[in-house]
Amino acid sequence: MKQVLYRNPITFFFGALMALLMLAPASVQAQELGDAAKGKQLFNQNCAACHALNRKMTGPALAGVYDKYEGDLEWLSKWIRNNQSLIKAGDDRALAIYNEYNQAQMNAFPTLSDQDIKDILAYTQAPPPAPVQATAVATSGAVASSNQTGVSSDVLLGALALVLGLLLLMLYLVTKTLKRFANANGIEVEVTKRKPLWKAYAENQFLILVTVIVLLLASAYHMYGYFMQVGVDQGYAPIQSIHFSHKIHAGDNKIDCKFCHSSARSSKHSGIPSLENCMNCHKSIYEYKGNPEGPSAEDLANGYTNEFYTGEIKKLYAAVGWDEESMQYTGESQPVEWVRVHKLPDLAYFNHSQHVTVAGVECQTCHGPVETMEILQQHAPLTMGWCINCHRQTNVNVKDNKYYESIHKALSEKYGVEELTAAQMGGLECGKCHY
Amino acid sequence: MKYSIKTIVFVALIALLGSCNNDKNSRNYVFFPNMYEDVGYDTYAPVAFMNASAALTPPAHTIARGHLPYDYANTPNGKDAARFQPVPFSDLNSEANLKAGKELYNIYCAVCHGTKGNGQGNLVMREKILGVPSYADAARNITIGTAYHTIFYGLNSMGSYKNQLNFKERWLVSNYVMKLKKDLTK
Repeated sequence: MKQVLYRNPITFFFGALMALLMLAPASVQAQELGDAAKGKQLFNQNCAACHALNRKMTGPALAGVYDKYEGDLEWLSKWIRNNQSLIKAGDDRALAIYNEYNQAQMNAFPTLSDQDIKDILAYTQAPPPAPVQATAVATSGAVASSNQTGVSSDVLLGALALVLGLLLLMLYLVTKTLKRFANANGIEVEVTKRKPLWKAYAENQFLILVTVIVLLLASAYHMYGYFMQVGVDQGYAPIQSIHFSHKIHAGDNKIDCKFCHSSARSSKHSGIPSLENCMNCHKSIYEYKGNPEGPSAEDLANGYTNEFYTGEIKKLYAAVGWDEESMQYTGESQPVEWVRVHKLPDLAYFNHSQHVTVAGVECQTCHGPVETMEILQQHAPLTMGWCINCHRQTNVNVKDNKYYESIHKALSEKYGVEELTAAQMGGLECGKCHY
Repeated sequence: MKYSIKTIVFVALIALLGSCNNDKNSRNYVFFPNMYEDVGYDTYAPVAFMNASAALTPPAHTIARGHLPYDYANTPNGKDAARFQPVPFSDLNSEANLKAGKELYNIYCAVCHGTKGNGQGNLVMREKILGVPSYADAARNITIGTAYHTIFYGLNSMGSYKNQLNFKERWLVSNYVMKLKKDLTK
């Protein structure tokens, strides 16, 4: 027997309508107010510097602010357009919120129209759902394609090994069968007695001489390589106490190197940025949201989930003494012990500003593709030969440098060249780097 | 038996040689450490007897070399007072200075404020940092003085950039901000 719930289509219709109304009262109200999508844009442009929806920032959290003030659109508009006039007029609600936030002044927004304010309020009532993208498909596709390149070479090697193994097995089986046939037919397989190979080798003086020379050369080569790597830290990638990803900061977000390492422009050192420098952005960026397409398969395999990165930001807050609740510094700070990666020996002098500002060398020339490094590692060997090589090959830009004009001209004539390299201008003098 | 001991020793020796500096987490050894290690305190290195780092903040009531005191307080009133503060440089609009200002602006400001100053920098486009206004926003009424004031102290979610930019550089950037504002409101 069929069970019929709604015999009457009208009852069904009303039931559904009731259910809808009960489920989403806010969204209905928000739609009445204005366009939430437009409101989001306006909110992000005008309000988000100090307000978030569900989080206290410089100003209060604004989700449901329309309900908080009981839908008093007139008062809210006045407050948004010019809060100071309300405060001066001694409005109770205005004074309450003004004093709650330590009398911090909110900017006035006289240019917002009635509709703009309605849109913004609609957004704070019910933010529009984030546009759903076909991320699942995209990521799975990306994973498949990225795996393909990784797997194919492995598979190829495996197949080759398998084929070779099969060939060996076949060879072995064939000889075995042939021997069995020979035995069965009563044929004696002749084994001629020969001098053992090692004895023949030991008696051949020429071969011994050649072997000794080859061995000597090989060991000399390896000894040379062994001694040359002493004191070279190429590939050094220490684990830092806060997992700072250059890939995210310099790669994904395209923050300039000098944004954080500002002293590279003006001093010997490319300084380690102070924690205040981190806080310039991380005051507002309190969690890692990642890319819209989510963490890659490679990141997940290494444990670099969004939660992991958010945890690292909390480590920064603990070190700098930032209280997220009150949005204030507690004054209890703890220095972060970064591990230095690039270090020249004390016997050599190097100045960053000379290379970065005067010569205009890109940071990547020496430090490699830092913007792709999840864990920073030393790219260049930082040996003397490496320095000198670059000084020999790099032409110096002497254009519009009036101060040294005559010297540059004289040097060009002396060497008979159009463009001078750093080496020709004294870049190989011992005293330039060693004193 | 003898043979197997020989094999084991040989393999162990090879392994010992092979293990030299394969660890990415530690530095290689050096020939003469006393020529490698700094005699003086290395930058940022911990200083044991002071229980601090070699990077120190200046003592109270002193002015660090190359720094100048700034007369305006970090308050709304201070900002109003700074609005028409005198500009200590007369040649900020020279070609070289505008170029320098642009370079600095693109390093320190453009990542949020956008290369055009319209508040559409890369971090804003990626929705990492929100609420960055355009310089042309009439309600803000930016002057070169308030731009300098804001770079010096920061404002709301924006932090201070007085440590990344020195006295002259701050003025160069403030002036370039005004140029962007002019271009935007043209």
